Amino acid sequence: MALTREKILYQGAEAKIVLTEYLGRKAVQKRRLHKRYRIKEIDEQLISLRTKEEAKLMAAARKQGVSVPIIYDVDLKNGVITMEYLEGSRVKDIFNLLGDDERRDLCYRIGESIAKLHNGDIIHGDITTSNMILYEDRLYFIDFGLGEINSEVEAKGVDLHVLMEAIASTHAKYTGYFTYVIEGYQNIYHGDVKAIKSKMEEIIRRGRYR
Amino acid sequence: MIVLGIEGTAHTFGVGIVEDEDGCCRVLANVMTTYTPKEGGIHPREAANHHAEHAAEIISQALSKTGFSMREVDLIAFSKGPGLGPCLRTAATAARALVATYSKPIIGVNHCVAHLEIGRGVIPECNDPVLLYTSGANTQVIAFAEGKYRVFGETLDIGIGNCLDKFGRIVGLPFPSGPVIEKLASKSSRYLPLPYSVKGMDIAFSGLLTAAEQYYKRGEPVEDICYSIQETAFAALVEVTERAMAHTEKTQVLLGGGVAANNRLREMVKTMAEDRNAEFFVPPRDLCVDNGAMIAWLGLLMYKSGVRMKLEETTIDQRFRTDMVEVTWR
Repeated sequence: MALTREKILYQGAEAKIVLTEYLGRKAVQKRRLHKRYRIKEIDEQLISLRTKEEAKLMAAARKQGVSVPIIYDVDLKNGVITMEYLEGSRVKDIFNLLGDDERRDLCYRIGESIAKLHNGDIIHGDITTSNMILYEDRLYFIDFGLGEINSEVEAKGVDLHVLMEAIASTHAKYTGYFTYVIEGYQNIYHGDVKAIKSKMEEIIRRGRYR
Repeated sequence: MIVLGIEGTAHTFGVGIVEDEDGCCRVLANVMTTYTPKEGGIHPREAANHHAEHAAEIISQALSKTGFSMREVDLIAFSKGPGLGPCLRTAATAARALVATYSKPIIGVNHCVAHLEIGRGVIPECNDPVLLYTSGANTQVIAFAEGKYRVFGETLDIGIGNCLDKFGRIVGLPFPSGPVIEKLASKSSRYLPLPYSVKGMDIAFSGLLTAAEQYYKRGEPVEDICYSIQETAFAALVEVTERAMAHTEKTQVLLGGGVAANNRLREMVKTMAEDRNAEFFVPPRDLCVDNGAMIAWLGLLMYKSGVRMKLEETTIDQRFRTDMVEVTWR
């Protein structure tokens, strides 16, 4: 592949997100970082395992009808996932700018999408408005790096709770809109929504910070 | 202001005397005695008996180190929790007895927060760290956020120290096993794969312990297993700590708890800090382990910020959570 100009979009603790080109198309690469503090055996194992897991979760999410970027390439050895670049906007950046009806509608759709994930026992692990992109009126979920397959009520409750906290901290004026997320969720989720709701209340009481 | 602190959450009964000097903590005395079970793990009642037996002697040892008499002490602080009920009750009773005899003010403090505050107190450059607190029972990543000390990650089952001790018992090492395991580990570089369990920001060690036990039963050399336990468990600890640092955008990391004495853990945290351009701090060993000085120091901070406790409010709380503490001094 010809060397193209790259741009770092985001640098986290575990990976960096790079804007690059793949076969002449704009693409995003998630490159997991090697860590000097851990021995090579653990480092390589973790990086390849997590890359594989993340790609698998993205494929599973798509199967459940949730939009995710198209994966172009997975390089397990180097821990790189190359995927479609989405032109749209992060939900985080537009959430506060929407009209009330639009915002309510968006929250409803967010809830529906989370329910679709949970119907397949897919736990995203970090549902925040930074990890959702609105592109051509489709809602995409990105960054499944902390995700897992888990059918437990606890895991689903925590997953929703993370979003509740994210809305409360990043969109404090619209904290109440989380109700619409739950409404959308209720409509689509096959399991016991009541159990998940009371689990969420328990998590809130536990007072953990995530 | 001179404060006497009494620690008694688990194995250790400790008495520390501190004073403040330009906002920094000066440790005048820090004396402790540790209950060691003859076999098996800690028995809460026996540990409490040990504490009761040694309380008077440790208190007078601490006082005589400073040359002060009880009359010159301005405040008594004690570990309110979290910890083992009988041990907590013994330490609190000792504190109340002193208060009743010498009519001093009294404050019960949170043990986990004390581990963090003592680091800030004795290391002037350490202002706003993420604390990796690793001891027998506790394994938490703590940082100050939105007005409180919050737990950003913690063990979902057993503490890392407990994990090391349990493995030590299986293979016949003395208690505490951490230092012996460290020594054995330094003789090996053969890695045996063990479960690496990080869930989001949390960690778990029981799977690793079971797998390590199986290696032992299969006849793998103890040195190799010790090496593999350290490398796996510590890597998970460092990963969670780094995540908390990235999340809170803090650029300091502090170690606390008994396992902070482990050189391999220190090295790994230091490397992580270097790679993020962050500062790395670790207090002297006697302030890392459970000790009275940290209890005294947190008591001092709370008192100076206006906290007062009536005698009837000095109950213990076995499940005293880090984020239940009203932080009035920051």
